[in-house]
Amino acid sequence: MRDVAIIAFAQTKHRRSYEGTSEVEFLAPVLQEVQAKAGLEKKDIDFVCSGSSDYLAGQAFSFVVTLDAYGPWPPITESHVDMDGAWALYEAWVKMQTGKIDTALIYAYGKSSPGSIRRVLTRQLEPYYTQPLWPDSVALAALQARVGLDAGTWTEEQMAEVAATSRRNAKGNPFAQVVDDAEPATLLSKDYFVDPLRVHDCPPITDGAAAVIMVAGDKAKELTDRPAWIRGIDHRIDPAALGVRDLTVSPSAQLAAEKAGVADGNVDVAELHAPFTHQEIILRNALGLGDGVDVNPSGGALAANPVMTAGLIRFGELADRISRGEADRGVAHATSGACLQQNLVAVLEGE
Amino acid sequence: MSDVVTAPPLTLPDRLSSIDEPVKSIRTPAAVRYTYSPGQAPSEFLYKVAQKQLTGRKCPQCTKVYIPPRETCPTCGVTTLPDIIDLPDVGTVTSFCVVNVQFYGQAMEVPYVGALILIDGSDIPLMHLLQEVDVETVHMGMRVEAVWVDEGDMGPTLESIKYFRPNGEPDADWNSYKDNV
Repeated sequence: MRDVAIIAFAQTKHRRSYEGTSEVEFLAPVLQEVQAKAGLEKKDIDFVCSGSSDYLAGQAFSFVVTLDAYGPWPPITESHVDMDGAWALYEAWVKMQTGKIDTALIYAYGKSSPGSIRRVLTRQLEPYYTQPLWPDSVALAALQARVGLDAGTWTEEQMAEVAATSRRNAKGNPFAQVVDDAEPATLLSKDYFVDPLRVHDCPPITDGAAAVIMVAGDKAKELTDRPAWIRGIDHRIDPAALGVRDLTVSPSAQLAAEKAGVADGNVDVAELHAPFTHQEIILRNALGLGDGVDVNPSGGALAANPVMTAGLIRFGELADRISRGEADRGVAHATSGACLQQNLVAVLEGE
Repeated sequence: MSDVVTAPPLTLPDRLSSIDEPVKSIRTPAAVRYTYSPGQAPSEFLYKVAQKQLTGRKCPQCTKVYIPPRETCPTCGVTTLPDIIDLPDVGTVTSFCVVNVQFYGQAMEVPYVGALILIDGSDIPLMHLLQEVDVETVHMGMRVEAVWVDEGDMGPTLESIKYFRPNGEPDADWNSYKDNV
């Protein structure tokens, strides 16, 4: 396996809405910042790969328009996934393994404010039996939470604990959107939003963008003192039909973690892409993370959830933490689809 | 009297009562509503159009002036200069298309001309209609001017310009628009 490292990360300050600003306008400063941080210019970058969804903008091929933010001239080598940017990172990583490229810029953006995100996300469901019923993302997560509560896999108190920790951790993250000191008991005193979920169990609706630069081999060492090396990476998928899944567990995340080698060493920190509180519990179990692991020190997706972007942010946050010397070995996770259907897991290490 | 409510017997048309007849298609209508943001630079352009003024923005790197203006130069990927550059409503035809075919939803009577017009002082042609002209005489390099709608109908849309028409000036020199064809 060719050594590949993340050497730079930039993101927007995440907000409920960047109203009046186009995708190009709010993405461009992030792309400029990440290149400046890496000390690279366009001519140094071999491959650009992005993750986003045209369903958020409501415009076909809007991701092509957004390339204006990068300035694709002279012509560039470029690709796009209609998934979270973490999968764009995976594509770039595979391309690096072939030896064809040495540097890649990966970006993702999610501007949910133009539409109704709960309705928009129904469009990713299986089209014959599920989509026509318009089950929205929060309702599906509520079904999943209910299964786990009734099975005794988690409790509402544990869910509130996840939310309180995320919000408290987010106090150290200047880019986060939901930040406070609320105690779990205070959170639990609130009414249900979509029973059994309260507002604190759900992610905020966010406009945001992020970018990372990934470099192979010795070049990473030349460009930064402490690259965050990708030691293992894998992604797996559970069936699209919700009825055939046991929603209290995540076999795809577990398998991806095994293949990525999560258990092959000590894990200091984990950035998990868990948009709903109970999903963090599912992922901790699936990835076999013990109590000693610092989970989502950035606040995670409960503190800011730009769709198609929150997974890539987990990679950036973890890589930054490793590069600053605050962690030696960590896990980055991204999810896509309803109820944690698709999962990508990577192990990152300092030297 | 019984408390039990019996569902009426299910009656399907004959063709559906047998599973030998496959379902060939289903209809699942869907609609999602969006509020579109053109962005800051295009917004400032549209508000100026409502005041009968065309504007652009310049890239500090390649020095191209974009109309409609953009926050970022799509060639260089750098932020354009913040100054709004006022542009005239006069330009040069760089390419055109004579439409002779009726199609569904068409608002115009055929034949009509769609043209790419390089507004003086800009580096990107704008697409608009060309009228008050014999379609046989339209050609590259033709000088044209905007015909605006009445004051009361002006708004933040390019429809504030009804169309362009020849302004009678001699043809533009090829070198003045050769980079835009």
